[in-house]
Amino acid sequence: MSDNKTIEKKESRRTFLKKTALASTFATLAACGSDSSWEEFFQKNFKTLDDDDKNKIIKRLEKKYTEKYGKKFSVSGKDPIDDTLFGYGLDISRCIGCRKCVYACVEENNQSRDPQIHWITVLEMAKDKGVDLFHSHADYERELVPDDDHFYFPVACQQCENPPCTKVCPVGATWKEKDGIVVVDYNWCIGCRFCMAACPYGARHFNWAEPNVPKDEINPETHYYGNRPRPKGVVEKCTFCVQRVREGLYPSCVEICPVGARKFGNLLDPDSEIRYILKHKRVLVLKEELNTQPKFYYFY
Amino acid sequence: MATIQKNIYIFFMALIFILLIIPNTIFGDNEKKETLIQVPPPPFSEDIFPCSECHSDMEPNPERRVLEEMHDDIILKHDENNRWCLDCHDLKNRDKLHLANGKLIDFTESYKLCGQCHGPKLREWKNGVHGKRTGYWNGKKTYLLCAHCHNPHSPKYKKMKPEPAPDDPMKGRR
Ligand code: HEC
Ligand code: HEC
Ligand code: HEC
Repeated sequence: MSDNKTIEKKESRRTFLKKTALASTFATLAACGSDSSWEEFFQKNFKTLDDDDKNKIIKRLEKKYTEKYGKKFSVSGKDPIDDTLFGYGLDISRCIGCRKCVYACVEENNQSRDPQIHWITVLEMAKDKGVDLFHSHADYERELVPDDDHFYFPVACQQCENPPCTKVCPVGATWKEKDGIVVVDYNWCIGCRFCMAACPYGARHFNWAEPNVPKDEINPETHYYGNRPRPKGVVEKCTFCVQRVREGLYPSCVEICPVGARKFGNLLDPDSEIRYILKHKRVLVLKEELNTQPKFYYFY
Repeated sequence: MATIQKNIYIFFMALIFILLIIPNTIFGDNEKKETLIQVPPPPFSEDIFPCSECHSDMEPNPERRVLEEMHDDIILKHDENNRWCLDCHDLKNRDKLHLANGKLIDFTESYKLCGQCHGPKLREWKNGVHGKRTGYWNGKKTYLLCAHCHNPHSPKYKKMKPEPAPDDPMKGRR
């Protein structure tokens, strides 16, 4: 008799487990289905897909965003331009700390307004301390800038040639493209935030909540790896405005900078501005000792 | 007849070929540079240009003085002890500037004038390091003139009000 009982018990436990397993699968799917489709749930890593499948996904996303924001969206999947490796220059003797770049970036790249995500952080540093991250402040409040005793040091993704962030991603959702831009597949990212821990520049940001961008402020000209609307729970970062630079345009922070402190170009083109800077100016990279090999050059 | 036609045909083909080749080899380089330097119009105050609208009917007055009837909004703070309006503006042709040797230049070329005293800055500006370029990183670019950022009469770059500081990173989490 006792044997029978145990068998009964075992069976009921097994069915219980089966049921809960099924239920939780459906719950997950349902949760995913609430803000995205079945296809999205079963979508593969974008970079492994052929053009046909990429186009299907892009069409689907364009439709989804157009419906959500009531504006005609375009999502580009444009590949890197041949023979380009992007480099960025920032003239720290020119920057006045006005933070115009911070907000131009937010508008161009559809960062969440509240909770607030900024891809660019402008640090204020004391002239008598030099470049010293430890004694810098991002929350400076001033009537007028530049303050006479301080200089300004904007930091965003350094687009490392040897990026620590991509190495730690357990699912391969972030990588360096051929033109040097480190991108994230928001549909593949699982939100574990290892990359944020690995980045020595604090350049990666997590969507703790559903990103919040007012409909009339959303920028509908997007790239799959760039400024398209992000879901909750994924990591995002500066992409040098991939949606702009792969069309030949400058990043929007370069366009807005009133003092012309921001420079951008092709490191493989010996006649580019950025190559001129590397050759003729005094250049420093941030945390050089970590061997991340940034393609973001501060100069003066 | 046939050979004459053939010769004419070869002649014209050769001509077309040469016309296609020449601009690319001889003028090609210049063309590229010209599309690079494309400046937006100089930043004049409202209704001030062309200057000759007033000045063509006026007797030019080369005397160094404080202007009162007109241009009294201009404050000179640019090596002002050693210089005055007519060091840069031309006495006879108000619609032009002049270089140190008297050569007249348009306001759209004012950087040449600045460059006569600020040589290294001009060089950096030409190479896209000082000043600002917009447009295409791999194509057509637009420059800002020195005068778009520096008021030529008092060129020190003006301070400005910064955009708001970022939210406290602990906002909503305390
Ligand atoms: C609305 C009429 C008007 C216009 C437009 C105008 N000016 Fe004048 N300008 C005057 C008057 C009037 C004076 C004399 C002021 C005084 O003596 O106090 C003057 C004086 C000057 C002087 C001082 C030398 C002199 O001959 O008296 C200079 C230099 C000058 N103007 C340059 C310019 C330039 C450059 C422009 C165009 C960018 C310009 N002006 C446009 C009316 C004008
Ligand atoms: C004839 C020579 C000369 C010309 C032409 C000239 N400058 Fe200057 N500039 C000077 C001198 C001298 C100083 C230093 C003045 C001082 O410190 O009082 C100076 C200073 C400056 C400064 C620094 C101001 C500061 O206080 O930090 C700027 C910016 C400047 N010039 C821009 C220009 C621009 C733009 C032009 C062309 C529109 C120009 N300059 C044309 C001689 C010239
Ligand atoms: C995009 C705006 C911009 C343009 C265009 C521009 N400048 Fe400047 N310039 C600046 C800023 C910003 C500073 C730094 C001001 C400060 O630190 O207070 C500066 C500084 C200077 C100085 C002072 C020395 C120094 O290095 O700080 C000189 C001289 C000068 N500029 C000359 C020129 C000349 C000449 C041109 C044109 C060939 C020109 N600038 C074009 C923005 C500009």
